[in-house]
Amino acid sequence: MPIDTANLEAAIRKSLNCVHIEIEDTSNGCGENYAILLVSDEFEGKSTLARHRWINQLLKDEISQMHAFSQKTFTPKQYEMHLAKDS
Amino acid sequence: MCHRLGLLLLPTTMLRTALRSSLIRSSVLRPNHILPARFLSQEAREQIQNAVSSSPVVLFMKGTPANPECGFSRAAIQVLGLQSVPEEKLKTYNVLVDPELRSGIKEFSDWPTIPQLYVNGEFVGGCDILLSMHQSGELEKLLEEKNVIPTIEGEAVPVHAA
Repeated sequence: MPIDTANLEAAIRKSLNCVHIEIEDTSNGCGENYAILLVSDEFEGKSTLARHRWINQLLKDEISQMHAFSQKTFTPKQYEMHLAKDS
Repeated sequence: MCHRLGLLLLPTTMLRTALRSSLIRSSVLRPNHILPARFLSQEAREQIQNAVSSSPVVLFMKGTPANPECGFSRAAIQVLGLQSVPEEKLKTYNVLVDPELRSGIKEFSDWPTIPQLYVNGEFVGGCDILLSMHQSGELEKLLEEKNVIPTIEGEAVPVHAA
């Protein structure tokens, strides 16, 4: 069964307290490629590698069914800076 | 007679049991994050260990630097090029021609995707991490610290330069 955006969001919200989630299906509809952006206070004090490992672990079953998976992980403060830089 | 035989056998049996329990214990005490590695044979694990430390910079990718066969691998090799990582310090492994390596490296690093970058035998991350470290200046700092690229005097770029 292909993964849809709602499943993925539910799986993330179940284990992580996010203030902002963006899930982009980059597969043109086949449900195999996703790019996610997560903003959470729980990332505070963790290196990017540790955050990504954590998310990889949370979404282990989902990622194993995908072809491609990309993630960005920010604390609320980092996300503000990220938005400021892009605007 | 039986009793004496039993006594004679006792020391070796005990030794064997002790050996076995110490073997079991050492595998049980592995930290959680490398637990998936239990599926890797000792031999495969050693081969991958040799591969990750075969060069100061090692990239496991799909395709070759001249002909990357996936956008993420292409991005990774481009970043290493932009960082001017010298050819003699970079070794790449094409996981598409080696299915065992392809699954083995995922278990070894406990990382679900390709490409994967190692610097001085240490796992750095996949494509997302590589790109964000490149943009923030952290990658240049890491490569300088590990003597992969020369440090340019007086060029201390702040990590969060506006």
